[in-house]
Amino acid sequence: MAPVLQSSQPWVEKYRPKQVKDVAHQDEVVRVLTNTLETTNCPHMLFYGPPGTGKTTTALAIAHQLYGPELYKSRVLELNASDDRGINVVRTKIKNFAAVAVGTVRHGSGYPCPPYKIIILDEADSMTEDAQNALRRTMETYSKVTRFFFICNYISRIIEPLASRCAKFRFKPLTEEIMTTRILYICKEEGLNLDSEALSTLSCISQGDLRRAITYLQGAARLFGSSISSKDLISVSGVIPEDVVQALFSACKSGNFDTADKEVKNVIAEGYSVSQMLSQLYDVIVESDDISDEQKARICKKIAEADKCLIDGADEYLQLLGVASNTMCAISNMPSFGS
Amino acid sequence: MLWVDKYRPKTLDKVLVHQDIAQNLKKLVTEQDCPHLLFYGPSGSGKKTLIMALLRQLFGASADKVKVENKNWKVDAGSRTIDVELTTLSSTHHVELSPSDAGFQDRYVVQEIIKEMAKNRPIDTKGKKGFKVLVLNEVDKLSREAQHSLRRTMEKYSSSCRLILCCNSSSKVTEAIRSRCLNMRISAPTEGENFCDTKVRRQLFQPMSMYIVKVLEFIGKKEGLQLPSGFADRIAQQSNRSLRRAILSFETCRVQQYPFTTNQPIPPMDWEEYVSEIASSIFKEQSPKRLFEVRGKLYELLINCIPPEIILKRLLYELLKKLDSELKHETSHWAAYYEHRLRLGQKAIFHLEAFVAKFMSIYKGFLIETFG
Repeated sequence: MAPVLQSSQPWVEKYRPKQVKDVAHQDEVVRVLTNTLETTNCPHMLFYGPPGTGKTTTALAIAHQLYGPELYKSRVLELNASDDRGINVVRTKIKNFAAVAVGTVRHGSGYPCPPYKIIILDEADSMTEDAQNALRRTMETYSKVTRFFFICNYISRIIEPLASRCAKFRFKPLTEEIMTTRILYICKEEGLNLDSEALSTLSCISQGDLRRAITYLQGAARLFGSSISSKDLISVSGVIPEDVVQALFSACKSGNFDTADKEVKNVIAEGYSVSQMLSQLYDVIVESDDISDEQKARICKKIAEADKCLIDGADEYLQLLGVASNTMCAISNMPSFGS
Repeated sequence: MLWVDKYRPKTLDKVLVHQDIAQNLKKLVTEQDCPHLLFYGPSGSGKKTLIMALLRQLFGASADKVKVENKNWKVDAGSRTIDVELTTLSSTHHVELSPSDAGFQDRYVVQEIIKEMAKNRPIDTKGKKGFKVLVLNEVDKLSREAQHSLRRTMEKYSSSCRLILCCNSSSKVTEAIRSRCLNMRISAPTEGENFCDTKVRRQLFQPMSMYIVKVLEFIGKKEGLQLPSGFADRIAQQSNRSLRRAILSFETCRVQQYPFTTNQPIPPMDWEEYVSEIASSIFKEQSPKRLFEVRGKLYELLINCIPPEIILKRLLYELLKKLDSELKHETSHWAAYYEHRLRLGQKAIFHLEAFVAKFMSIYKGFLIETFG
């Protein structure tokens, strides 16, 4: 393979913590895993939490620290949603890998190399229920020689029998402070200029997701060079500018259907994402003072329905128009339709 | 050659409508490298043009030499093998395909075929440009599973392969994919200066962007045509902010009658006229008999490959034009409702017909209430 240019590596990968102790803000997990490194004793693990909080990073880091680069390939099996993980794979590939017995090898490599293998199942919530069920027995039978690491966003999609076999760790969204220190570190490494306004915008739009923050930062750096303003960050992030949201909201308040229709058409033609629009509109409505609680409830209910419809693949224009029309009805206390 | 293709900008420098984006893209690839990109925006806004120009910027003229291939893949899916047939457009440096064409089997396309393509790394004679580009169209039509599968592929093979994704609505692309790409929002070009009120202009105003009218005038000049004043304005107005459509109808006008006259009619799309006929026949009479007639007309539209959601949207547009504001709310609610069901369901005609029936009943009720 031709050598990879350093610049072509995404910063997310470049600045991924290599050691468990470098993982920010997840104290309990780090404490347990540091303990694991010393005692080489490790339960099955289940990491869950919102995206970009360090779940995969932690799992990979512990695997690397336990085995070192030489043994890593033979001791760790990493499966994620891009690999086929139907029930067949669980029955054959995982089972075969799990069944192999291994011994402790200490050839002075400086790594603990405990006498078990690790199977990392990334994005485990996208596994089918059948596949999860098939894992139950496998986990128990080979628990002497194999440890499972499950990583998922939604713990409710992991079946109870699996969850109860694991030590569960919730990964918290990162606080603004920790995010800021990490971002500033990357800025220093990459020679970027970020003023304090841009910094707070960045942690606001990424909502505790460090990966998103770094991706935005890299995108903005690629597009706009080394000094980045908060406007540049907003334009790469796909967040809708505040005045567009306000324009739609005031069109709803005006009570004129055609004005709202025009605003909605404008939003679509500008190519803004409607689901993003809905979540920003929701923020505006919840914080607005001149709407009664009941009206807010009616609007939010409709926003929730529209969001579900969008996920089902419904048309963006019609859904946003429905929300706008419903909002208008709610504000002017007209009865709304359906359900 | 159609004007749409003839005047498609070939390089990033020549792009007229989104000059600022084009310049940014150019900066992005100066080091012969780019991140994963996601282009989204309404149709006719120039996504594909920008992508093609970007590829040319990256790889030079060799990006133009594309060959179309109809390939068959045998994908091993556990107990059985699945045949997937896909059309690909490929040059030495890039491959373009629409994985959603495979329907519900799109997951296998992503898991096997795209992974396979992403793994193979082209070797250049000079030993540089060590990556290839995969252009995926219509990613918003991919199923959830396929999108899930895509996200790891994007990370794992990021050293050998760049993905350029292209879609209409970014709502339908999962957050996980959006956060791994540099998002490029391509807005539809505005019709012209006369069409923006000041407030909107302040929002949208990009100092270097061009209006549809300007593009039409540019083409007119190149073709050596005399444009009566206000003619380009009218074409732009009818285009729904789609540049492609504006240029197509401009050419149609040229074929129909030249020299142009100031009040020359701009032919609307025939299916749109048909929908507006349907709308007026709904307004004339609301009865099961009329519903049956409308159903026949809707069928005709569907047979001619007009997508059902487009029919529904156009029908709503025609109906809203003639309604009281009170009924507008109700009608738009039901339009959204039936369009959602149309997505979930199998046969489009049921839902279109249900919408028409619902509207007839609402309208009839309204007429009885008002006029007795």
